[in-house]
Order: sequence, then C-alpha cells, then structure tokens
Amino acid sequence: MAEHTRGVVPPALKESYADERTQPFWDAAVQGRVSAPRCDACGTFVLPPKPYCFECLGQSFTWVDLPGTGTIYTFTIVRHPLHPGLKDVVPYASGIVELDGTQGAGARLMGNIIGCEPDDVSIGDAVRVEFDPVSDTYAIPRFVHLPVGE
Amino acid sequence: MTLKDKTAIVGIGATPYYRRGESLPLTETELACRAILGALDDAGLTIKDLDGFALYSASVDPAEIGSLLGVPEIRFAATLTSGGGGCAGSLGLAAAAIDSGQAECVVSVMTLQQSKRRLGGSSSGAGGGFIGMLSSGGAYGSSGVPPVVGFMANSGLMSPGHSFSLLTQRHMHQYGTTREHLAHVAINQREFAIKRPTALQTEPLTMDEYFDARMISDPLCLYDYTMESDGSVAAVVTSAERAKDLRRPPVYIMGSAHGGMGRWGTAIFTYFQMPDEYFASSGHRPVATRVFEMAGVTPADVDVALLYDHFSPLVIMQLEDYGFCPIGEGGPFVAEGNTKLGATIPTNTHGGHLSEAYIIGMTHVREAVEQLRGVAVNQVEGAEIALVSGGPAGLPVSGTLLRR
Repeated sequence: MAEHTRGVVPPALKESYADERTQPFWDAAVQGRVSAPRCDACGTFVLPPKPYCFECLGQSFTWVDLPGTGTIYTFTIVRHPLHPGLKDVVPYASGIVELDGTQGAGARLMGNIIGCEPDDVSIGDAVRVEFDPVSDTYAIPRFVHLPVGE
Repeated sequence: MTLKDKTAIVGIGATPYYRRGESLPLTETELACRAILGALDDAGLTIKDLDGFALYSASVDPAEIGSLLGVPEIRFAATLTSGGGGCAGSLGLAAAAIDSGQAECVVSVMTLQQSKRRLGGSSSGAGGGFIGMLSSGGAYGSSGVPPVVGFMANSGLMSPGHSFSLLTQRHMHQYGTTREHLAHVAINQREFAIKRPTALQTEPLTMDEYFDARMISDPLCLYDYTMESDGSVAAVVTSAERAKDLRRPPVYIMGSAHGGMGRWGTAIFTYFQMPDEYFASSGHRPVATRVFEMAGVTPADVDVALLYDHFSPLVIMQLEDYGFCPIGEGGPFVAEGNTKLGATIPTNTHGGHLSEAYIIGMTHVREAVEQLRGVAVNQVEGAEIALVSGGPAGLPVSGTLLRR
C-alpha cells in the first residue's frame, strides 16, 4: 500500500466516470483550471453539472473558467478512520466550498481541505482549488487553505 | 377535507431491542413478523384483519410477509420514498389509504438487523457503500457509476456522520450553538433511557464523560451518534370508527405531512446545495407548517415531542423548525432544561435513538402511543398531543401529530 500523508485523503475513485455533461470539468481539472457550466438564460452556475438549471429550467450551458478560489462554507474534521486505509490519514479536514465567481448554493464543491492543521480550519476561510492528478484524465480537487489576508 | 382524526393507531408491537448483531439467528423478516403480530394482538385484531402496508425505508416486502403469515388479501402496499425521513409520514400514508377506502387495517413497520446492513458505514472503495446506496438506481445498478460520483467519492466525506457534522458546524457558525448544547441533548435522553427496561443504554452519562469521549467527526463525538441496534416495531392503523371498539384506547392521527423544499433534495447525503436560508436546519420547516395546519393546533399545544435523533444536533434543529423555540435558539433552549419532564416540551422521553435503541424512527412512534395511552415509563402528566418526526435526511422528511 502506498504511503499516506496525514490529512490528505487518498483517492478512492481512480477515474472520473464522466459523461458528456461532466467531461469538461475534468478536462479543465487536468489542466489545473476550475471550470463550471453557467446557464445561458439566467447566469446561474450548476455544479456538479445537471441537465436543467434549477432557477429557470434552462438546458443550455456555457463552460466558464472561474478564478479557482473560494470560501469554506462548512467542514468537518474526520478523526475516526472509516476504513483501515485511512488509519494513517486521520485526522483530516473535508468540507464544502463556495467558489468565487459563482452564486454559491447550487455550485458548491466538496473536498479535502489541506495546507494547514485541521484544527486551524474555520468557516469563511479562503481556499484555493488545487487539482491532484489521479490519471491523465482525472484529477481531484482539493482545497488549499490560505492564510488570513492572502 | 383532510385526514384529521379520521384514523387512529390501535396497536403497537415490538421485539426486544438488541445490540447490533444480537438478534441473530432471527432474520429481519422474522423480527418484523413478531412486531406485526404483536401490534395486531395489542389491538385485539388478528392477521385476518390486516389488509394494508404503509412503509418507508424499504423495511419489508409485503409480498413476503403476506405469504408468510397468510394475510387473506392485501389491498394496499405502498411506501414513502427515501429513508428514515418517512417514518412519521408512513402513518399519514396509512391514514390516506384508509380514508380513501383502499384498505381498512394498515400496518407501518420497521425492522433492522445491522449485522447485514450498517447504515452508518463508509463508502470505502470505489465510491461504493454509502454513496452507492444513495445514488439513484441503487448500488449503481445496470447504469454503472453515475458521473456525479466523480465529484464526491474522493472528498473524504463518506458517511451520515460526516454529513451531519457539516450541517452542525454551519449551525454552530450561524447561531452560536456549542458542544455543550449537544451534550445536554445526549445527557437528557440518557436520563430518560436508564429508567426504561427496553433501553440498551443503562448507565447515566455525565458532562465530563461526554467531553472525554472520542471525537468521531468534529463537532460530533461518540455520544452525538445514534447506537447501532437490531429489532422491529410495528404500528397498526385503522379507521376512527372501527378504533372505538378495539382493545386499546385509540391514538388519533390529527395530522401528517411529508416532503420538504425541492431544493433540499438529497441534501446532506450527496448534494449540499441547499440555499443558505435553510442549510443549517433539519429540512422540516415546510412539513411543520403543514402538519400543524392539518391538525389545527400550534407548537404550544403539543405535550411531548418525539424527534428523530440519529445525531444529537438534529434534535436542536427540529425543536427550532417545529416552532418550539425561535430559529437558532435550540441549543440554549435545551441547555436551559426546556425539554425535560415537566418543562416546556419534554422531548424524546424514551431515550431516543441516542440511548434507547435505533429502529429507524419507529421507537418514537411507540413512545408517542405509550405517552398518549398514559402508560409511558417517563410519563408526561396528562399528555394529550404528541409530535413524532422522521428524518432529517434526504426528502421526504415527515411529521405526524397524534392525540389521545
């Protein structure tokens, strides 16, 4: 088994299982960009991508690159390893991030929060999305905690 | 025209409650049969009277029970969608079946044997387990891994406990709720549980023990989580007219509602996209409005609340969402003692999932009936109206008001 870094959740899923609708996210991800589909009719971001805009039922979306930063909306510090492979990984922080450049709810991302001690994470803290490559076609988003004021 | 007072719970049956795995070699189905037959007997009815099943969270297959117990004719077999959120709402489903003339004597039942399915388990492996269970089409079915799993499976968020930790953390941030508030929920319920012979937890819980317990997923510790247990509880519902002549005093269904805001959706399990306005809630607010409206009463009229407590903070959020205290004030409300016996709204007087047993909500229905029959161990003096809730979870969540 590969060595694990405490606080960094090892990828369980090795491929994106993407379909046409979600593929652009992963194409951007492997290039290090955060991209999200914006409703052409009303401008609402819908991420993960869905067939309908929940605000206006629009079905036409355009992928827009985002700044790649965001704010921690909520989080937890996982201390109990839910499977043996996580024994050397806990404690780790994971949470929900609202992405800059979006309206927030409806386009939140979930992921592992890294770059600080889990105990130093707070709601409202700024993060930068970093993509951790799993394969040539799949890279998973992690949230790098940014020091206050950065 | 509503369901108000048209039907009543006339019988309750239950197996003993077991710690996880200790109900073997009985099967989940056998446990359910014991509860169903017990509930019918409690009412003075037999299997020949049963003609309907109103279910939630895929508890039993009426086809299997029907053939096993020789039910003469099944006239209604329906379930609310999703999981434990439908518990209280299954009583409304039974009432709807009876009021619409489709069936006369309907059972709602839950049976659980966690040696087979550990509901709090992780989605270890390739995004399977928990996430797989909750994705449409079951454990990926024939359509393979749904593309949305690529956005979730590597997040480190894998279990119900993680999900409810996220909700709780946000509630703490917005309203100042503290771990001490959660501790009061757990301690109060333990005090109730240790007086009940049915309870799996038999020792008192102190504030020091609470704070010494291991953290599972901040801000939740061991005592904020429900237990894992086995057992079955069933409730038999029939028309108010027929209920008059049965063995036990009827417990009338005053109102029942299930559902929630569309954008609550699958909420805490795979979604987390709820609007900020009600993210840090139990998701029950619209259900609360409708159930009180149907029953024609207000929170002040309720004598005892049996609130679904898979995690302690959800008791606080439901106290808020059902209007027993203002939004955001549930923590101090509990800490000030308002949910104890003799206080504003005695809550989870059986000890709840946290301390009595976890049978996906049906122990709450049993306690509501015992309270309204006046035979509860921790009896609320003169209790006339009880609230039972199911969930909080993905939609539907549910609430039912009962009266003696």
